[in-house]
Amino acid sequence: MKRTFLIVLLIITTCFASATTITICEAGCDFQSIQTAVDSSKSGDSLFIKAGVYKEANIIIYKKSLHITGEDGTIIDTQNKGYGFSVEATDIIIKNLTLRNIKISYTKEYAGILLFKSYDFVIQNVTVENAFFGFLIQKSKDGEIRNNVISGQGTAEADSGNAIHLWHCENVRIINNDVRRMRDGIYLEFGNSSYIADNYSTENMRYGLHFMFSNDNIYENNIFEANGAGVAVMFSKRIKMFNNLFKRNWGTASYGILLKEINDAELKHNVFEDNTIGINADGTNRISYFENVFKNNGYAIKVHGACYDNIYTRNNFLHNSFDLSYSGKLNSNKFENNYWSNYTGYDLDKDGIGDVPYRPVKLFSYLVNRTPESIVLLRSLFIDIINFSEKVSPVFTPENLIDNKPLMHQASW
Amino acid sequence: MFKILKYCFFDLMRSSWSYVYFGFYLLLGIMLLFLNNDLSKAVITLMNIIIVLVPLIGTIFGVMYYYNSKEFTELLLAQPLKRSSIFLGQYLGVAFSLSMSLILGLGIPFIVYGLFKSNAIWDFSLLLIVGVFLTFIFSALAFNIALSHENKIKGFGYAILLWLFLAIIYDGLFLMSLILFEDYPLDKVSLIGTMLNPIDLSRTLIILKLDISALLGYTGAVFKQFFGTSFGLIISFSALLIWVGLPVMRIIVKSKKKDF
Repeated sequence: MKRTFLIVLLIITTCFASATTITICEAGCDFQSIQTAVDSSKSGDSLFIKAGVYKEANIIIYKKSLHITGEDGTIIDTQNKGYGFSVEATDIIIKNLTLRNIKISYTKEYAGILLFKSYDFVIQNVTVENAFFGFLIQKSKDGEIRNNVISGQGTAEADSGNAIHLWHCENVRIINNDVRRMRDGIYLEFGNSSYIADNYSTENMRYGLHFMFSNDNIYENNIFEANGAGVAVMFSKRIKMFNNLFKRNWGTASYGILLKEINDAELKHNVFEDNTIGINADGTNRISYFENVFKNNGYAIKVHGACYDNIYTRNNFLHNSFDLSYSGKLNSNKFENNYWSNYTGYDLDKDGIGDVPYRPVKLFSYLVNRTPESIVLLRSLFIDIINFSEKVSPVFTPENLIDNKPLMHQASW
Repeated sequence: MFKILKYCFFDLMRSSWSYVYFGFYLLLGIMLLFLNNDLSKAVITLMNIIIVLVPLIGTIFGVMYYYNSKEFTELLLAQPLKRSSIFLGQYLGVAFSLSMSLILGLGIPFIVYGLFKSNAIWDFSLLLIVGVFLTFIFSALAFNIALSHENKIKGFGYAILLWLFLAIIYDGLFLMSLILFEDYPLDKVSLIGTMLNPIDLSRTLIILKLDISALLGYTGAVFKQFFGTSFGLIISFSALLIWVGLPVMRIIVKSKKKDF
């Protein structure tokens, strides 16, 4: 008994003894270079980088668990020479740093921090300025990316990268980051079971958030504002999208959110405001749209082909130019209990549900779908007249595309 | 001619119709700004109204004025005056006074609500320019109709029909032909179709300047490429000028030949 206790004690003490803190500063400490400090450290050590500008690039951490922290004013300037950190290790923490001037390349994806096959990582309070890629995370698992600020200077999609790019990752939490002026704000490519929350993604050239082949993710409370094309969720299953704000994604090829080949997703309590197209749905199945707000969009929802079994309930459609544009037949999609600001029916029994069904597809949006050029007649008096006559006695618009129980007042939650 | 212009202008300025027209726009401008307080949104709503109402009022007012001042015209004809200057003077008097009502009626509320500090000023000026063009075009057309028809009822009928055609029926035919030929590339055709009708042309010019143009998608891009360039702008304004010029020419020719 006594011997085992001693052995345990010995193990514990050796463990603690081995984890040392190495300090790096511009002058006067043991180390002036981060790379040499990393090279001479052991797994489990902490590196503390004091304030100052370090002109280093391609700092390689290979199979060492390190906790790297900086302080206010710790700046690593890669001087357009390549990566900031290039890491392949488990249990890695990088905190409180600023990385600058990441090299732009047309052949390699230079990033502020590259993680490859890294598990249990944390990237926190890192600022990447003038980034090509911000964080490029490949084949990694169980990490957290929190409170970072990433901004780029790219002018075209070809010469700019993504702020946070996950490739073949699992279980990563991306929380409270600010990403702007990049190609994609946050990009998940084969990224599963991840959680994305409270991020602010704006002025990105392509998408604020981009999913590709990524399943079982949740994203909530994010703000996506004025991105080139909006948010794209493609070829993914079981995505939950809650409480996000999609705002001012305005342009001829922009939308709040593009859903392409999405199955079993859930959209709840999102707000779509001032987008050219609120939701652009193409090949989406079994999606529940519940209690979302569509306000002042060009099109609130534009449904292309191959959409089956989608359910729209208790959404508020407020002052959109077109509430709904629809291609093809109804395909068992259901609209029920939504509030439509264009609804002009009445409610005699005062149960809050309109007695007259509402048809969300206007004749004009049907015509535009058929002959796109006819959009030039937008806001013509003639169009108002035919829309009105169609409303009174529907002839052209799909018969079963109908909200049988439209709400009289906005749904609240 | 200028004397007659002045005469007509002040005669109209004194008439209650100009005040009604002016008051209507004033009220409209104030109401719009009172209701949504957003200058650029108000411009969109205003466009819808201007595109429809300005031509209608221009037409009706033109025809009405011609028939009303017929006796005065005949009196003038007895004087040693050139015929063209009599009719042109009358026409310009009507068009100027209508334009002034429009500009002042809309301008005052917008200026009060801080137009000069807003970036909607260019959209708004374009709106006014287009409004003035439409006034000139439609009162010229109205004078043409009135000159050709002695019968007042017939004249009014044709004038309203003309407005109905250009404001509504034309778009219907346009839409029908677009749907009929949907298998062919139509962006050029729709471009020409828009150029041919002053109301459509004005509407397109304004819409392309507003945010809402993003809704036009691919067709809008084609349009923007055309109207966005100075060449396109010159072409479209020349089209509007031709729309003013041709009816005015016809007024001159017709008035010379007409037997009173």
